[in-house]
Amino acid sequence: MQGLSVAHLLGIKYLNINDIDLIFKTADHFKEVINRPIKKVPSLRDITIANLFFENSTRTKLSFELAEKRLSADVINFSAGQSSVKKGETLIDTVNNILSMKVDIVVMRHGNVGAGVFLSKHVNAKIINAGDGTHEHPTQALLDSYSIREKLGTVKGKKIVIVGDILHSRVALSNIFALKLQGAEVKVCGPTTLIPKYITSLGVTVENNLKKALEWCDVANVLRVQHERMDIKYFPSTREYTQLFGINQDILDSLGKKIVIMHPGPINRGVEITSNVADSDQSIILNQVENGVAVRMAIIYLLAQQIKR
Amino acid sequence: MSKKKLLNSKDIEIILHRLACQLIENHNDFSNTVLIGLQPRGTFLANRLMDLLKTAYHIKDLKLGLLDITFYRDDFRRKETPLAAETTKIDFLIEDKKVVIIDDVLYSGRSVRAALTAIQSYGRPENIELLVLIDRRFSRHLPIQPNYRGRQVDAINKERVLVTWKETDKKDAVYIE
Repeated sequence: MQGLSVAHLLGIKYLNINDIDLIFKTADHFKEVINRPIKKVPSLRDITIANLFFENSTRTKLSFELAEKRLSADVINFSAGQSSVKKGETLIDTVNNILSMKVDIVVMRHGNVGAGVFLSKHVNAKIINAGDGTHEHPTQALLDSYSIREKLGTVKGKKIVIVGDILHSRVALSNIFALKLQGAEVKVCGPTTLIPKYITSLGVTVENNLKKALEWCDVANVLRVQHERMDIKYFPSTREYTQLFGINQDILDSLGKKIVIMHPGPINRGVEITSNVADSDQSIILNQVENGVAVRMAIIYLLAQQIKR
Repeated sequence: MSKKKLLNSKDIEIILHRLACQLIENHNDFSNTVLIGLQPRGTFLANRLMDLLKTAYHIKDLKLGLLDITFYRDDFRRKETPLAAETTKIDFLIEDKKVVIIDDVLYSGRSVRAALTAIQSYGRPENIELLVLIDRRFSRHLPIQPNYRGRQVDAINKERVLVTWKETDKKDAVYIE
C-alpha cells in the first residue's frame, strides 16, 4: 500500500484521488473502531500533537481532540485568546516554543490565508490545516465527501449544490476541489454579492435561484452565513436572505424527490435552514459530525506513518 | 532460495480434524466459546475450522469473529510502507466468553500480543486460548505459547514458513523457504 503523496495536509488542492481513496479506506476502519465498546487504539502512543486554534472553534477542535485521543496520542491545546499572542508574539515564535516541547504534529486554525503553508516551510513538524481564513478547510471537505459516499454509495457523477455564503467560506472552496476531484458535478447558489467572480474558473456553475438549484441536485450542502467575516452589508436583511436562500420543508416538499441535506455547522437555525429540515431524515448533519472523527483519525494516522524516529 | 513442502493438503486435513477434536474436548458445545480469526491469514484457518466443526462434528451456533490488529501492532512507523488495515467483524460481545484466537503461523508472538490488546476493546473474556497451524519454535520474542498447535517447526530465522490455502492460493500446503 502506498502512503499519502503529501507530507502535510494543507489543502485539498495538494491531494490526488489516490490520497482521497486511501483516507476514506482508512476512515472506514476507524469508523468501525469508534463504534466498538472501547473506542481507543494504541497506534499513536508515542506521538504528541498540538492543537493551535488562533480562531474560535467548537466542533472542529473537539473532533480533532477526540480523534487524537482515540489514537492514543498526547495532546496539548492552545487557544490564542488566552495566550501570549495577545502580548504581540509572532506565529513563528508561538509555534517554535510549542515545538520545543517535542511536538510531532500541529493542527492549526488561523485567520490568515496560507498560514499552514507558511508554517510548513518554517517548522519541522507535520501540519494539518484546520481552516485558514477564507481559503481551505480540507478535513471538513473530506468528511463531507465521505458522508456523501456513505449515503449515496459514491460521489462520482452526483450533483451537489453548495448554498449560501460562498465568498467567505473555506468549506466551499475545499468542497469544490474535493468533489470535482472525485468526479461530482458542482453548482453554487447564493446571492450574487456572496459568490466570488472567479468561481466558474474552478469548473462549477452558478445558480441564483434556490428552487432551480435544488431541483437539479442530489445533495444540498448548506453553508452558514458568516456575519463575523462580513465587513460590509452583502444583502439587505437576514429576513430577505432567508426568504430567498433559506431551506425549509415547503421548498423541499415541492421538489418531487428527496435530496440529501448537509451543513458543516454551526447552524443559524431559521436563517439558512429551518429546524425541522436540519432535524429531518433527509439531513445527514449528525452523520457528518460522527464521520468527522473517523476521517480525522485517518488523516492523523496516515501522516504519523511518515514520522521516523 | 529453495522451497520445501512441509505439509500437503491431506496432512492439513488430518491436522484440522485433530485440532477440531481438541477444541471439542475443551469447549464441548461451544455455548460459551467464540472463535476469533486474526486478519489476514488466520481467517482462512478459522473459517476452515468453523466449517469442520459445523459439518463433521455437528456443532451448532458457533460464533466466529474476524479481528484486525493493524492499529495495535508495535511496528507502526518501522516499515517503509504504511500498514494497511483489514476488516474487523465481531458482531457479538466477548464479555465472560472463552475466546480462542486463531492464526496460521506463530513466529515472534508480537501479532498475538497485539491481538490480546485488541480483544480488550470487545469486553473482558473469561479466558483466552491460542490455536495455530504452525508453531515456529525457538523464534519467540515474547513469552507466548499456543494451547493448540497443528505442527511444530524448527526453522532458522532467515527461513520463512509459507501457508497457502485453496481459497486464495489454489491449494492447501505449508512450505519452508
